[in-house]
Amino acid sequence: MTQPSRAISHANKDESQVRQKAMIARHFDELAAAPETGAKTAYTFVPGNLTELLLSFDLLPVLPEINSLQSAMRGKTAEYISIAEKLGHSEDVCTYVKSDIGMLKSGNIGPTGQRLPDPDVLLLSYTGCFTFMKWFELLREEYHAPVGMLHVPYQSDGRITPAMLDYVVRQLREAIIPLLERVSGRAFDEDRLRQHLARSAQAEEDLVWVLQSAKHRPSPIDAYFGAVYYVGPIFSAFRGTDEAVGYYRALRAEIAERMRQGKGPVTPDGDIDQERYRIVVEGPPNWTNFRQFWQMFAAEGAVAVASTYTKVGGVYDLGFRHDPERPLETLAEYCLGCYTNLGLPTRIDLLTRYVKEYAADGFLINSVKSCNSFSAGQLHILREVEARSGRPGGFIESDLVDPRYFSPANIKNRLESYFQMLEQKRLGGAA
Amino acid sequence: MNYAVGIDLGSTTTKAVVLGEDGQVLGRGITNSRSNYEVACQVSLGEALINTRFSLIRQGLERKGLEPAELVRRVEKLERAFRAEQYRSQLVVLARELNRFAGRLITGGPGLRPAVTTIITRMREEVPALFADGSRRKSDFFRDLAGSRYMQLAETEARRSKVSFDRLLGLFDKAILDVENSAEAAGRFEDHMRAATEAIGETGRALADAVTRVAGLELRQLASVGTGYGRARLPFPDGSIKSEILCHGLGAHALFPATRTVLDIGGQDTKAIQVDARGIVTSFQMNDRCAAGCGRYLGYIADEMNLGLHELGPLACESSQPVRINSTCTVFAGAELRERLALGERREDILAGLHRAIILRALSLIARSGGVTDEFTFTGGVAKNPAAVAALRKLLDENYGGVTMNISDDSIYTGALGAALFALRNGRSGEAVVH
Repeated sequence: MTQPSRAISHANKDESQVRQKAMIARHFDELAAAPETGAKTAYTFVPGNLTELLLSFDLLPVLPEINSLQSAMRGKTAEYISIAEKLGHSEDVCTYVKSDIGMLKSGNIGPTGQRLPDPDVLLLSYTGCFTFMKWFELLREEYHAPVGMLHVPYQSDGRITPAMLDYVVRQLREAIIPLLERVSGRAFDEDRLRQHLARSAQAEEDLVWVLQSAKHRPSPIDAYFGAVYYVGPIFSAFRGTDEAVGYYRALRAEIAERMRQGKGPVTPDGDIDQERYRIVVEGPPNWTNFRQFWQMFAAEGAVAVASTYTKVGGVYDLGFRHDPERPLETLAEYCLGCYTNLGLPTRIDLLTRYVKEYAADGFLINSVKSCNSFSAGQLHILREVEARSGRPGGFIESDLVDPRYFSPANIKNRLESYFQMLEQKRLGGAA
Repeated sequence: MNYAVGIDLGSTTTKAVVLGEDGQVLGRGITNSRSNYEVACQVSLGEALINTRFSLIRQGLERKGLEPAELVRRVEKLERAFRAEQYRSQLVVLARELNRFAGRLITGGPGLRPAVTTIITRMREEVPALFADGSRRKSDFFRDLAGSRYMQLAETEARRSKVSFDRLLGLFDKAILDVENSAEAAGRFEDHMRAATEAIGETGRALADAVTRVAGLELRQLASVGTGYGRARLPFPDGSIKSEILCHGLGAHALFPATRTVLDIGGQDTKAIQVDARGIVTSFQMNDRCAAGCGRYLGYIADEMNLGLHELGPLACESSQPVRINSTCTVFAGAELRERLALGERREDILAGLHRAIILRALSLIARSGGVTDEFTFTGGVAKNPAAVAALRKLLDENYGGVTMNISDDSIYTGALGAALFALRNGRSGEAVVH
């Protein structure tokens, strides 16, 4: 096998990365200072997050899923999960939840090493992940904070009906906004919300351009490993902010320059010089061995040209943009359209479309042990996408943040086999 | 003459297949993988080259028009004598290493070295009987053959001379590693062959000529490809290392060209592979997270029941009422086994249930890889187990109807065969020539 050093040249930090780091640092500074400044916080989830609405009430968002994945990248989740298991959470429970509970019980120290404030409200946007509700039930017991429950109907037949839209808008108007007014002590300001939504749309436009740059050969980005950094600001606390607009403008310029220079994606070990395989990826990445996992692809010259995970916080590449002219309706459409809220046929359509539009050699499913919302039906997806796209699918298994379920030797073995299979097919048996 | 070799480094055994330039299999070699990957490669290749020379001797005699039954009898006799010589040479190194380790022990006691000498003397005396015409050896590996006999003799000697049995056993465990890692113990083909021909006496002119010609033949490695679990550590350059999925797919296709679905149950993993008409892999699934349902599961059960691995299948085939075992976790299966025995269930019925349990697991992988398409080829060490084969046949019939199930006598070499075919292609194209 090709060793990492052979396929990859030197690494350097892009301006967008520096910018993102500063944004995150400032946000966590504000959170850490919240007990003194009196700033109010809302804990919420990535899929279906209502960041613009929260920001319009000056509420600071905290995203427990992102805290969990960052804990994993910092090597803390083995300890956190063990704490949660001692408290009685079974081995099969979502490991994001257990990591979050463990972090909470260890002083709620966030990814920057600063203490996170307790929530003033738990805003639960229920978009396809059935664990979210249970997760916030647990947090409610711990924090005694009010829960705002936005029930988002599942898109089982692949379309949003007027009744579904109306149902979500009514909840926003009648339950969520009044709750946020009570918690924040501020009246709902629709103009302010519109301004945030306009900024969201701007950032979304640039993000989509960046993600679609992978249609180019060679792809200037890795749309799975690299793109989890690109979607960071828009999936978390920054959608609707000037900082996010600036970040995506800078990122787009960087990628445009890479494309102009004919460069491949940047990886932790440098640039990929030779794009050997173009892959579409389904499922979340493993976070405990993220870098090692990425290297297994990069060392083989395998570049993810599209992924569904980078759509969990919003599927923008099918045309949806937040629309400041219809503030509540647009928030409802956003929630209804999140990847986790899509039925299997829609996911199959999307993956097939990615394989074709991005001229992929194949597609790979990373099936996550503790995430039934994602994993259920993935083998069916595999067979269907194979049949429709004519491209071979691969299947590996790992976990989100439990290091016990990442077996590097096995995963590397399967990935190498998969890439060699693609090579063999390409050469028609002469390899 | 030129040859291409494929080496499959498995978790239990390492296999080598040698091909002539025309793609015909000339030799196969197998050894235990447990001591050292690199040595396992060398030993299996060495064995395959010995096997190759015997093939060439056989071919030479065929050309002379020797009567087939007589030809087989003579070559087999020669091969037995050769193996006996090889075994003797390994015993020499074993004796030396046992004495070396015994000499290092401060607490061994005065009787330890004489006990070792008695055991080795006895083992030497038994060599002719062990390799006599019609004798059945439980294994082809020196470790297993010498180990089981050493253990029996050590037990007797410990009782007789009051030397610690554990101490004797500990010595063997250390010494055997050096025997397995020793080129001296394996010996040289020419030397063993000379001793073997002398030992069998009158060989006849035709055989003597063939032996002389083949012993002097230079075998040149054209190309090699390595596969299997330890492939990253195999002494091959990057381009000569192939995934075992591809190798098993191509190997199964070479054995049975109509193969479309391959099931390989090896020591640590189970693979379900779909191939097209050219042997190109189109889809595959392997067991993740858990090794239950692999060959090692049966190894564990054999250990628990104090049986040899090869004894499990025949015993399970005697079952008239298989017990339904639901647990497929290897460790839990051990607990289930003890529980069932305590409840008075028959061993063969429990074993039949355990075989069915691992095949059920394999069937789930097959389903995940895309099901079974005629023809179906079963490979790997477990394909030699009659109870596993019977369970698979039954479950295939129930789930996929009457598909053709192919099992080659040489199924354990399927991965190495595929690797050798890849090597031959590389050699032909002038790429990745390895020496």
